[in-house]
Amino acid sequence: MKPRHKRFALIGGALAVLGIAAALVLNAFQSNLVFFFTPTQIAAGEAPKGKTFRIGGLVKDGSLQRQSDGLTVQFVVTDTAKEFTVAYTGILPDLFREGKGVVAQGKLGENGLFTASEVLAKHDENYMPPEAQHAVDEAHKAARTVKQ
Amino acid sequence: MIPELGHFALILALLVSLVQGTLPLVGAHRGNNGRAWIALARPAARAQFLLVVFAFGCLTWAFVANDFSVVYVVQHSNSRLPLEYRIAGVWGGHEGSLLLWMLMLSGWTVAVALLSRHLPDAMTARVLGVLGLIAVGFLAFILLTSNPFERLLPAAEDGRDLNPLLQDPGLIFHPPMLYMGYVGFSIAFAFAIAALLSGQLDAAWARWSRPWTTTAWAFLTLGIALGSWWAYYELGWGGWWFWDPVENASFLPWLVGTALIHSLAVTEKRGCFKNWTVLLAIAAFSLSLLGTFLVRSGVLTSVHAFATDPRRGIFILILLAIVIGASLFLFALRAPKVGLGGSFGLMSRETLLLANNVLLVVAAGSVLLGTLYPLLIDALGMGKLSVGPPYFNTVFVPLMVPLLALMSIGPLARWKHADMGAVLRRLTFAFAAAVVVAIAVPLLYGKWSPLTAMGVLLAAWVAGGSAVAIIERLRAGGLRAQPLHWWGMHMAHVGVAVFVVGVAMVSSFQEEKDVRMEPDDTVSVGGYSFRFIGVREAMGPNYRAMVGELELSKDGKVLRTMKPEKRAYLTSAMPMTEAAIDTGLLRDVYVSLGEPVGERAWSVRVYYKPFVDWIWGGCLLMALGGIVAISDRRYRMKKAAASAAIAPQGAPA
Repeated sequence: MKPRHKRFALIGGALAVLGIAAALVLNAFQSNLVFFFTPTQIAAGEAPKGKTFRIGGLVKDGSLQRQSDGLTVQFVVTDTAKEFTVAYTGILPDLFREGKGVVAQGKLGENGLFTASEVLAKHDENYMPPEAQHAVDEAHKAARTVKQ
Repeated sequence: MIPELGHFALILALLVSLVQGTLPLVGAHRGNNGRAWIALARPAARAQFLLVVFAFGCLTWAFVANDFSVVYVVQHSNSRLPLEYRIAGVWGGHEGSLLLWMLMLSGWTVAVALLSRHLPDAMTARVLGVLGLIAVGFLAFILLTSNPFERLLPAAEDGRDLNPLLQDPGLIFHPPMLYMGYVGFSIAFAFAIAALLSGQLDAAWARWSRPWTTTAWAFLTLGIALGSWWAYYELGWGGWWFWDPVENASFLPWLVGTALIHSLAVTEKRGCFKNWTVLLAIAAFSLSLLGTFLVRSGVLTSVHAFATDPRRGIFILILLAIVIGASLFLFALRAPKVGLGGSFGLMSRETLLLANNVLLVVAAGSVLLGTLYPLLIDALGMGKLSVGPPYFNTVFVPLMVPLLALMSIGPLARWKHADMGAVLRRLTFAFAAAVVVAIAVPLLYGKWSPLTAMGVLLAAWVAGGSAVAIIERLRAGGLRAQPLHWWGMHMAHVGVAVFVVGVAMVSSFQEEKDVRMEPDDTVSVGGYSFRFIGVREAMGPNYRAMVGELELSKDGKVLRTMKPEKRAYLTSAMPMTEAAIDTGLLRDVYVSLGEPVGERAWSVRVYYKPFVDWIWGGCLLMALGGIVAISDRRYRMKKAAASAAIAPQGAPA
């Protein structure tokens, strides 16, 4: 085989790997990007039905309710403007508290209830999940705009 | 007083590293006229090391002696904290972990200064000079933005305590190991830059660089494995890898570093891929810096992101830009002059290693994309989103399949030209054995699925390839003549096989249950049953704990009592879950306490994790393989012998 052909073969092989990788990436991106919505956005109907997404905000004081099986819970997430009810079955993370920030990932059902598959907590007591902070900030910003 | 001495030592270290980073480089450039300046490199490296060790000792003293007039100690320690965690607390926060980074850098530098007697002086001067410049960057970073010796006046009564998650033996070892790896790539980088500066990009350079790069890689492997193991038992979620951006930040240099150690082999043995090897060395170190930036800048938030001071992020970003920009500029100037090296056939070990490199680098690229994409979208104000583990699994796993498939073939193929038919015939037995194992093992565990079988098949194939290579040598009677680096390679490859078995088995056959349990309730997973006895209170040195008791039994036979804990740390009031794990060669059983639900009932999470320890066992084997490889005699050749033995085209394997 001529050196030139050999180089073509090697470069072709490398490009093939890149092409396959690009196809994999695009395909995986399409189905695995998880978008984030604030309770206000959900109230405005911006969140998709039947697709996984994340919501964040503060757990409303006194809103945590536990079912008799001991594992299924419901709580209200608020960004201080709008509220939203989340249902979850399983053990909540150590740092889950009423009045503290929370991020939940899951799907919005037809009945308007958000069923979480995952409740995220972070590693520090004083720490606010950035998404939850973002939701509260947006709500405050909106409130200020309305006043003016 | 002692903290001030530490601060002063750091300032002196900065001045010394300025000398180390300039004069020897100029001296090496001037050739024979610059001998006096070249001779400065080694003493400067030693002085810098002693000064940084002294500074580190001062900070450690402040922790041990509970000096709560130092801000950093107040933030990360407490008088009730046990001594071992007070010492580990030195690197429990941002400032101290940068100082640890710096300590590692000067340690590596002085090791190069001491172990490079067989190198030409000009080369050593250039390598130490480049390392000196990196030290300037990091010391300036510490002194300007993250001084660990800052005082608090008046002093605090007591400290705010170390984050409870970090009060664990994992913290004592994970960061130093990881940093040894991260910083170790700076040596590969310095060798590459030194070679570009001198224009001598040859097989000798690759041989000098190899043991250092392999050592760094081995430490990084251990560091990542320790981090994964720590997350497994400390976070209480039973997972071993989350594709968390912080984990990815350490995994990226590992992927590129793995490509680098393979491409260095080609450069040393055959003199080709030189430009590519240099690029990989630059990339591996840049990714280490990028990892530091991502983790330390507060762009990502996690247990690792201590500070959100934007000045720090910008400083590292500028450092990163300078390192990448300057080295690529130098590369662009010098690369066209680099010869191509030996030619090779389409079917040869060179081609197989090229495939290894392409696959690893593409995999690294896809992980990088998934890690940076959410940050990019956020920075552009286009909304908030996250890229979940499914993305990484669907992209990463298919790229690893051909890599593993090629892993048995590569070591059996000849350099230059290989008869692939013959190689595959030698592997027939290994393939047959792998197929049998892939059919049998999942069936033994009850459920056969193509993915499990694929994982087991690849693992058995990789291990089989190494077995064939070793058996062939045994038959030829040359087993004792095999050099240590050959054994190291096969050890690391078998490590990969062990790792893959762990991943395939645990992801296919693990069982998990969240249950509400009252005393005398029983739950079972994977053939094991747990009887809940109850929960009682206990006191630790700096926490109050609720200790659960569960009786573990199998087939009616009681094995042991497991005691998972729920701790509340006194100072920080932070709750912590301590899982109880029964470790075995073929499985772990894992219990963690949730929360009290009702009078005497608790929510409890139980796991059955088959082969999970093989994941870390495999990593340990890989790292050991690296250490065995660098123990090879040929890396310790004397100056004269070394230059005589290395012909430009390299020796046949």
